[in-house]
Amino acid sequence: MLDLTPEQQALREMVHSFAQDVVAPGAAERDKTGEFPLAIMKQMGELGLLGLPFSEDEGGTGGGYVSYAIAVEEITRACASTGITYAANLSLGISPIYLFGTKEQKAKYLPHLFQGDYLASFGLTEPEAGSDAGGTRTRARRTEGGWILNGSKCFITNASYAGVVTTTALTDPEKKTKGISAFLVEQGTPGFSVNTPYDKLGLSASNTTELVFEDAQIPEENLLGTKENVGFKQFLEVLDGGRISIGAMGVGLAQAALDAALKYAKERKQFGKTLSSFQAIQFKLADMATQVQLSRLAVWNAARLKDAHKPFSQAAAIGKLHASETAVKCALEAIQIHGGYGYMKDYPVERYLRDAKLLEIGEGTSEIQRLVIARSLGCA
Amino acid sequence: MNVVVCLKQTFDTEAKIVLDAQGKVDANGVNLIINPYDEYAIEEGIRLKEKFGGEVTVVSMGGAKVAEALRTALAMGADKAIAIQDPASYGSDEYVTAQVLAKALKEVPFDVILSGRIAIDDGSSQVAVRLAEQLGIPSVTSIMTLSVEGNKAVVTRDIDGGMETVEITLPAVLTAQKGLNEPRYPSVAGIMKAKKKEFKTFTLKDLGMDHGDAGFAGAKMKLDSISLPAPRQAGRVIQGEPVQAVSELVRVLMDEAKVI
Ligand SMILES: Cc1cc2nc3c(=O)[nH]c(=O)nc-3n(C[C@H](O)[C@H](O)[C@H](O)COP(=O)(O)OP(=O)(O)OC[C@H]3O[C@@H](n4cnc5c(N)ncnc54)[C@H](O)[C@@H]3O)c2cc1C
Repeated sequence: MLDLTPEQQALREMVHSFAQDVVAPGAAERDKTGEFPLAIMKQMGELGLLGLPFSEDEGGTGGGYVSYAIAVEEITRACASTGITYAANLSLGISPIYLFGTKEQKAKYLPHLFQGDYLASFGLTEPEAGSDAGGTRTRARRTEGGWILNGSKCFITNASYAGVVTTTALTDPEKKTKGISAFLVEQGTPGFSVNTPYDKLGLSASNTTELVFEDAQIPEENLLGTKENVGFKQFLEVLDGGRISIGAMGVGLAQAALDAALKYAKERKQFGKTLSSFQAIQFKLADMATQVQLSRLAVWNAARLKDAHKPFSQAAAIGKLHASETAVKCALEAIQIHGGYGYMKDYPVERYLRDAKLLEIGEGTSEIQRLVIARSLGCA
Repeated sequence: MNVVVCLKQTFDTEAKIVLDAQGKVDANGVNLIINPYDEYAIEEGIRLKEKFGGEVTVVSMGGAKVAEALRTALAMGADKAIAIQDPASYGSDEYVTAQVLAKALKEVPFDVILSGRIAIDDGSSQVAVRLAEQLGIPSVTSIMTLSVEGNKAVVTRDIDGGMETVEITLPAVLTAQKGLNEPRYPSVAGIMKAKKKEFKTFTLKDLGMDHGDAGFAGAKMKLDSISLPAPRQAGRVIQGEPVQAVSELVRVLMDEAKVI
C-alpha cells in the first residue's frame, strides 16, 4: 500500500521475515517464562536495526522514522515484549544521547548501542511524578567534579540490560521544570542500583525496573549535553519521537489481532458454516481492518513529518492515541471472535489484550495525549 | 572468483493460485518472492565472494516487478544486477529462458554460475542445466556442499537415498538444494546500499534477439491448458464392528476406489 520507497518496502520484507522466523516462534513461551529477548536484540544489532532511524553521519543506518515505524510494527506484530524492548531502547534510550549528547558522549556510547553490545534506558517517571513528569523529585547536587544524585525512578524499561541510563533530576529546585537536568548514569556507578520488583499484566518478557540513587556519583562529563536546566525541554522532545514508536506498536498489535481473528474466523465452523460467513463477524473484521489501516496512516504521517523536519508533536500524539486504543479494541474483538477459546492461553489473543493495555499508559496516557492534542488546538 | 547467480521471481509459497477468464494463472495481488532455492544460490555466491574476493552478479528474466527480487539480492550482498524485462518474453519456456540468459551473460565474467535446483512454480529444473549446455560448460545439480580450490570444485549432491561427491572443473553451473546453507537476511545497511549498485536492464532487442525468438512465439514447448487440482472430496467413515468394518473397507478399496 501507499508510496513506500523501494528501500522501505525492502526493509519491511526483511523485518517481516526476521520477525516471523526468529521472533514469533518464542513469543508465547517468553510470555510465560518472562525470559528477556536479549539474543534477539543482538541479532537486530547485527542486522543494523538498532541504528535504523539515526543518520549515517552518526553511525546509524539512516533509514528514517518511517522505516523505524515499520520495523517496530513488524517486530511487535510477532512479539510485543520484544517490540517494546526495541522501541524503548531506540526511542527512549538512544535518542537522548543522539539528540543532545556532546561529540564525546556520542562517540563513547552510540557505536556500542547501534551494535547491541548493551541497551540504553530513559529514567523519567518517579513514584510521585508520572503524567506530571515535570514534578521530578530526584535531586542532583553540585560537587567538585560532578554531581551527587539522590532519589528513585519507577517503571523504567530495559535498565537491567542498559550500559547507560539517561536520568532526569532537579539541579535547581527553585526553578521547577526549568531546573531539571538530564544525566548519563552508567551501569556500575557507585550509589546507583537497578531493581526488578514488578509483576506485570502483560509484556512479561520486557524488563521493567526501579532505579535507586543513593549518593550516586555522576562525573562532570556525564551531564547530557553541555547545558544544565534544559532537561524538561529535552525530555518533551524525546517523548514526541517515542510516541511514534508506541503508535507503531499499536499498529503491530492491532494487525496481529486482526491476523489471528481472520484466520480463526475462516476455520471455525458453527451452524455448518465458517464464522467468516456470518455478517456480524464480517463487520467486526472489516471494522478492525479499517482501524488498523487508519492507525498506520496516522503513525506514518507523524513519522513522515519528523523525517521532513516539520513539526510533528500533534501528529505523534494523534497517532499514538488512535493506534493504542485501536490495539486494545482489536484485541478485545479478536477474543470475542474466538469465543471461549479466545479466553484461553492456548490462543495468542488474550496475550494481545494484556500487552496492548500498556500502550494506553506508557509514554503519556491516552488522557495526556488528549491534553497534548487539545493544547495544540489552542485550548488553554 | 566471479560468480553469477540466476534467480527467478516466483509466487509466495502461501499464495492462492487462481485462474483468470482466459484460463491463465492470475498474478494480480499476489505477493512475489525470490524462488526459495535461488536464495541458497545467492547466499552461496556471496560466501564465495567473501572468501575469495571477486564479484557476484545476479541475473533474472521476469515481469514488471523483477527488479524487486534483484534488489533484494543486492541488499543481501550481491554486487551487480542484470534484469531482462520485456513483455515479449512472456510465455518463454526453459529452452528460450536458457538462450536469453546465455546472451545476457556474454559480457559478464564468471567462474561459477549458481541457481536453485528447481523453481517452485513451474518445477521443471531445466533452465540451469540448459544454460550450461548453451555455454558449453559442465553442471552439477542439487548440491548440498561446495568447496572450491583453484579451478576445481568439490561438491556433494543430494541423490536418492544418499550423497554423491563430484569433482568438477570450473567454470561450471551448480544448482542449490535446500541445506546448502542458511540464507542471510539483508541488513539495513545492505538495503540502503543496494540502490547505489550497478543495475542494468535489457530488452530482448538489446540482447540481439527478435520477438519471434522468445515468449510463446519462440518456445519449443506449447502450453495447452492449465487446470487446478480437483478439490478434495470429503472423507468417508466406515461404521460398525471392527471385523465387519475391515471387510467393508477392503470391499470399498477393491470395488469402488479400485486401488487394490
Ligand atoms: C511497562 C511500563 C514501562 C514503562 N517504561 C518507562 C520508561 O522506560 N521510562 C519512563 O520514564 N517511564 C516509563 N513508564 C512510566 C509511564 O510513562 C507512566 O506510567 C505514565 O506516564 C503514567 O504515569 P503514572 O503511572 O504515574 O500515572 P498517573 O500520572 O498517576 O495517572 C493516573 C491516571 O490519571 C490520569 N491523569 C493524570 N493526570 C491527568 C490530567 N492532568 N488530566 C486527566 N487525567 C490525568 C492518567 O491519564 C491516568 O489515567 C513505563 C510504564 C509501564 C507500565
